[in-house]
Amino acid sequence: MELTRRDALAALAGAGILGSGGAAALARERADADGPGRSESGQPNQSRSEQPDLPSTAAVVETLVAVAGVVYPSAVDGVREFVETFARRRLEADPEHRRGAREAVADLDAHVVISFDAERFRDLDPELREEALSLVGTRTAEPARDGTAAERVRYYLVNDLLFALYSSPTGGRLVGIENPQGHSGGIESYRRGPDG
Amino acid sequence: MNGGRGSPDRTPSPRADACVIGSGPAGALVAHRLASRGYNVVVLEAGPRFDPDSRTDRMERAIRPGDARSVWDGGGERDAFSSSGERFYPLNAARVKGVGGSTLHWQGMVMRLHESDFRRASRGEGDADWPVDYDDLRPYYVAAEEALGVAGSDDNPFGPPREEPFPLPPFPPSHSDSLFAPACERLGIAMHSVPNARNSEAYDGRSACVGYGTCQPVCPSGAKYSADVHVRKAEREGARMIDRAPVGRLATGRGGDRVEAAVYATPDGTEHRQEARQFVVACGGVETPRLLLLSENDDHPDGLANGSGLVGRYFMDHLFAGVFGTLDRPTRQNHVGFLTSETHQFYDAPGRAVEGPDGVAVPASDADLAPFKLEFFNYAGPSPVDLALSADEWGDDLLASLRDAYGNHVGVGGLVAQRPRRENRVTLDPSRTDDHGNPVPDIQWSLDARARRTIERANAVQRAILAEMGAEIGGAVGPTDTGPAFHHMGTTRMGTDPDESVVNPRLRTHEVANLTVASSSVFVTGGAMNPTLTIAALALKAADHVAADL
Ligand SMILES: Cc1cc2nc3c(=O)[nH]c(=O)nc-3n(C[C@H](O)[C@H](O)[C@H](O)COP(=O)(O)OP(=O)(O)OC[C@H]3O[C@@H](n4cnc5c(N)ncnc54)[C@H](O)[C@@H]3O)c2cc1C
Ligand code: SF4
Repeated sequence: MELTRRDALAALAGAGILGSGGAAALARERADADGPGRSESGQPNQSRSEQPDLPSTAAVVETLVAVAGVVYPSAVDGVREFVETFARRRLEADPEHRRGAREAVADLDAHVVISFDAERFRDLDPELREEALSLVGTRTAEPARDGTAAERVRYYLVNDLLFALYSSPTGGRLVGIENPQGHSGGIESYRRGPDG
Repeated sequence: MNGGRGSPDRTPSPRADACVIGSGPAGALVAHRLASRGYNVVVLEAGPRFDPDSRTDRMERAIRPGDARSVWDGGGERDAFSSSGERFYPLNAARVKGVGGSTLHWQGMVMRLHESDFRRASRGEGDADWPVDYDDLRPYYVAAEEALGVAGSDDNPFGPPREEPFPLPPFPPSHSDSLFAPACERLGIAMHSVPNARNSEAYDGRSACVGYGTCQPVCPSGAKYSADVHVRKAEREGARMIDRAPVGRLATGRGGDRVEAAVYATPDGTEHRQEARQFVVACGGVETPRLLLLSENDDHPDGLANGSGLVGRYFMDHLFAGVFGTLDRPTRQNHVGFLTSETHQFYDAPGRAVEGPDGVAVPASDADLAPFKLEFFNYAGPSPVDLALSADEWGDDLLASLRDAYGNHVGVGGLVAQRPRRENRVTLDPSRTDDHGNPVPDIQWSLDARARRTIERANAVQRAILAEMGAEIGGAVGPTDTGPAFHHMGTTRMGTDPDESVVNPRLRTHEVANLTVASSSVFVTGGAMNPTLTIAALALKAADHVAADL
């Protein structure tokens, strides 16, 4: 099933990014280029100078795309565009969330350096990524915003992705619910039968 | 204006006609009604004013595990409580402190009490009737339905008489309801619509429901009514709202027969006195008696307006009963977070038999049973996104598990009435204090045999319905694991005899002339109907009486 722009927008609305206040973030996101070291907040390099050693927003997005390769089902297509759209905007709009996600990527990368012949999670061969996530303990960790490395990787990376997917119409449809919780899919679907 | 930014002015108003304490639906409606009649109103609210734009973020908190903050920022020292009764009472799951009160979190099912609810003693079912009856409240029910924007249909054959249409058309039945319908028909059980304080179309400047499915604990679209709506309306009429201003006590004047000031604290620790001609306590069913008890003084040694000793007594809630199962077909749960069908058929006849094509499914009973109503769930079983976020697998394995877990659940819930009992009560726990050094409330709550018996009865009917549908029965919430529906009632009961009640039928305390209570705390009995429409009706009635005295 193809993840669409609509799904990404639905995921953003579910995360409160496309309410009022979201529009400004969208405008800024358009102006934001990929290169590490670019301003992420719309204010000149503020967050970067605060935490110069943490991965950039672009690095977080790339890592999320790599994690999605593990945690998303093979039945979905269009993952990169979906993740790029929702993740970049979300990171842009929510500085606290951005900091948590950057720290989670740094933690994940630090584990990768120890256990694998690679500098960063996203550089690992796709087959090794699942092993790496499991080794960190993410699969069984309770998600926690302020938890251990494994718990934060689970919260900011794995669960950000799962929340975005399974609260979107396409993700919901995979399971049989085209208007999943967290998505404002109107008040017709609850009345329709499975074939309606 | 104290819009939540900067440091708003939280000093008292120099000249207030009325001081309303608490800004849930009761306080908000009183404040709005008085302000729109030109009175100078100050509302003191213990909790904060929440930014409506934060609601989607709060929804994410509600869905996603791992965020230690509660959805409405409750808990902690401010909300400390004790529960020393037979059953633990989860108070902080049962309320929200903030502008809008617990309706920020509520489900929004709103029905009138039945006529029988005002006459339980006369029917041999309790120790006291209400001193007002359905007809007295009826015009206020109409006004309350209009204020809250109730979507409903006059299709309930068991409900109390009503001529007035609902302000909004009903939400049509769900696909899930249509799976129950044939089985209920065969069993002679009439399903009917649920009145919802939720916009089935745009109403009162708020959008129609858009189907987020997270009504409880937060509606991001504002389609579900919450009382911040009437706080804003009251402010537009000139009322002043002071948030983060918990009232620690009411101070009476010489002789003790009038309140002079509400003594409140502000976030910087300063104590202020708001004086007014009339005071309305609208702090919910637990904090209302607590405030009266905290206000003890030489003239009121057992707590304000507590000559009867009944402040805090007769605490009641509704008890949940439910049976769940699965069908061999998709049931389409969890698209929306509200209910579209229920039945009140057993409300005034809890012992009636249920008979189906195969004979008697539940035999008639002449045991002493309480009223109960049944609710047909639109959100039985797990929500896929919830499951995904706490699963310990991912990728194709996770998807396969989600498909396995979601899709064919059904459930019938219900509420059971609890008789008022003296020993169920709210007191002060002197051994524990809140963030302002005030003793916390202690809730002593237990169930009697009648309530337990009725839960079993409700379960039997629920099982019969699921069996008739061909469902495989999965689990039940019965007398042992029942819990409260978060409807606190009964702690400052209404009556005509000052020895047997705390407030009179004008909702005024017997002992303190300018002190009114707007809350489910005045309920004499609680029935099994969600209470807030009645709270709203009583609040509007209280406002009329206060206005008459101003
Ligand atoms: C999960 C849940 C679901 C519910 N579903 C339904 C439903 O479907 N239908 C229904 O009818 N009801 C429902 N309810 C109950 C409903 O929310 C309450 O009946 C209603 O909100 C009570 O209104 P109130 O104004 O009396 O009190 P509240 O809404 O509780 O408001 C009281 C306010 O007073 C403030 N306050 C308390 N003490 C002080 C003090 N000392 N000084 C200043 N302020 C103070 C509090 O901070 C609070 O904001 C539900 C409740 C919960 C928790
Ligand atoms: S289903 Fe409707 S009322 Fe419930 S949260 Fe969604 S928009 Fe609000």
